[in-house]
Amino acid sequence: MELAFVIIATVTLGGAVAVMSLRHLVHCALALVVTFAGLGAMYLLLSAEFVAFVQLLVYVGAVAILIVFALLLTRSATVEPHQGLLHSKVAGVGIALLAFGTIISALLTSSRFDRTQITAPSLTVRQIGEELMTRYVLPLEVIGLLLTAATIGAVVIAMDERKVADRSKSAEPEHAAEDKHG
Amino acid sequence: MIPLHYYLIVAAMLFCIGLAGALIRRSAIMVLVGIELMLNAANLNFIAFWRYSPNPDGSQGVMFAIFSIAIAAAEAAVGLALIIALYRHYRSTDVAEEGKKE
Amino acid sequence: MDIGQLINSILNDPDQVFVLTKAFVVGKFPEGAQPLVSILLSILPILSVFPGLFALTTILERKGLGRIQNRMGPNRVGPFGILQPVADGIKALIKEDVVPRAADKVVHFLAPVVIVIPVIMSYAVLPVGRNMVAIDLDAGLLFFFAVGASTELAVFMAGWSSRNKYSLLGAMRAIGQMISYEIPLILSAITVVMAVGSLSTTSMVDAQAGYYGWLPNWYVFTPWGFAGFLLFLTAATAESNRSPFDIPEGESEIIAGYFVEYSGFKFALFFLGEYLGLFAVSGLAITLFLGGWHAPLPFLEWIPSWCWFFVKLMCFIVLFIWLRGTLPRLRQDQLMNFAWKFMLPLTLINIVVAGIWRFLEPGMLRWAVCAAILAAAYVLLARGLTAARGVAPREYRYAEN
Repeated sequence: MELAFVIIATVTLGGAVAVMSLRHLVHCALALVVTFAGLGAMYLLLSAEFVAFVQLLVYVGAVAILIVFALLLTRSATVEPHQGLLHSKVAGVGIALLAFGTIISALLTSSRFDRTQITAPSLTVRQIGEELMTRYVLPLEVIGLLLTAATIGAVVIAMDERKVADRSKSAEPEHAAEDKHG
Repeated sequence: MIPLHYYLIVAAMLFCIGLAGALIRRSAIMVLVGIELMLNAANLNFIAFWRYSPNPDGSQGVMFAIFSIAIAAAEAAVGLALIIALYRHYRSTDVAEEGKKE
Repeated sequence: MDIGQLINSILNDPDQVFVLTKAFVVGKFPEGAQPLVSILLSILPILSVFPGLFALTTILERKGLGRIQNRMGPNRVGPFGILQPVADGIKALIKEDVVPRAADKVVHFLAPVVIVIPVIMSYAVLPVGRNMVAIDLDAGLLFFFAVGASTELAVFMAGWSSRNKYSLLGAMRAIGQMISYEIPLILSAITVVMAVGSLSTTSMVDAQAGYYGWLPNWYVFTPWGFAGFLLFLTAATAESNRSPFDIPEGESEIIAGYFVEYSGFKFALFFLGEYLGLFAVSGLAITLFLGGWHAPLPFLEWIPSWCWFFVKLMCFIVLFIWLRGTLPRLRQDQLMNFAWKFMLPLTLINIVVAGIWRFLEPGMLRWAVCAAILAAAYVLLARGLTAARGVAPREYRYAEN
């Protein structure tokens, strides 16, 4: 158990460091997948199978692919320019370390987090489904609405305005041409 | 058995790596990736607290993680669409340059 | 338990031959090693049977396609050419492994591995016989789709790392197609989840036990199940890049798509991954709609359950070979239109119909209502799609004398 935890934690954090330090952006995206998969394994270790599989399905199957597509569409699938040690870089790492120090000191000084629960809370898929349909039905509906809105919004934002304008202008002649062929 | 501490420390490290990345990376896509990492760290905390909760029938941690994953997916879709629209306008995804060109 | 008792109990219940043998072998090991041995004995059959089936399928496919195209197919190695897969395997192993100089070496190497391993993992939740499933997960169906999601990534890795325009084009086509068809695939499987009330694959098979008279109690024999099965089958064909959805590979357009820069054993791994994916998704279709390992007719139940699973799987393989031999390849825009404008609305309507089916009284009325809704939706969607594209029946004009 401990060994599994150490391996998974190392892979997850190593992947995360690679995501943020590699200079080739596609490599970053692939390292990101390693991190997501590692987190999925960690959820399995925490006996939350359902969340682990959802994590894989959504993050590896959808978000990672989206990021890869965005990289290729914006032609940033190349190496980021090398730029020595910048002030912004030092400041960024400094802020992150400061945040880390704060969280860790809070963690280690508080006794509230010193728990070891031997048996996991039992939560079957059936229970999750029932909870989603009873107690959490309103959040579920809101999420559904949000996802629909996000999908439409993403399509509208990413649509090329000039091309749309061109198409509506040239729509009529095209139809006429099609009619002739049909 | 691993104490709760260890998971929280891993989540904290993941959060800070994401934070550092969001602050230092120049590509807008990588900034978004940093934010995703921070969200994931939060999810790990939810699941860890759920697993070590004294209540044997609790489900809030898992539910929150599921909803947060769904929102993260929507966020990634809209964020990347915005980045693509920005790229069309500025011909670059570099967050450091976007302001200068105007 | 000794060997004699084992043989006796197997003769009593030939259905459970593998389960009993496994329990017998595991029992021979010391207490501490038993879980490990049990896991190994669950994995080994998956690792041997399905690649074996892959070898059999390659020869069947080449022979079958040959017959469809009015030629002999491979007939040199062994009697009737049945040893051809062995020759192919040896050839793949001893061929030179060419890696393009500009390629991203690490990603190029990892892609075939990433494509094969998740597919093999997905077999873990397929029940191939009574009590024969490697792990009976509570969220088995979700596991299957979650593991399958990484295929797209492997395809991208292969296409991008090769630094070849055909590879990248093929990969982008493949990913676009897989994402588009994954949605109808999952949505059509959801109807079964609604009917069973569980995501576990074994409980899906159990829910389809029994017969109405001579008709088996399978979901394919309900209106929503029939529509769901056809939708699932179409989406599965597209997911596994089979003809007529083999645009990503389109030999005559972009050579071989994302694995054009692969040779030797890595190429063989891609092929293996593709066929194993096809078997896995066919196995899932069997589990969801065709009653898993249940016999199709009551008086055939004496045949062991695992035989039925593989008989059904072979029917699927023959169907896919037949489709490949007879259907032309679609165009990319036709493919996308079909997925988003026809299959997606129809799967959503099918989910509603499955809900109606659940809450109506059993009887003829339920049948009529559900079938009518689906037929109307099918006709209207198809009409709408063809009208929007300005497609009309072809008019033949003949020379006037």
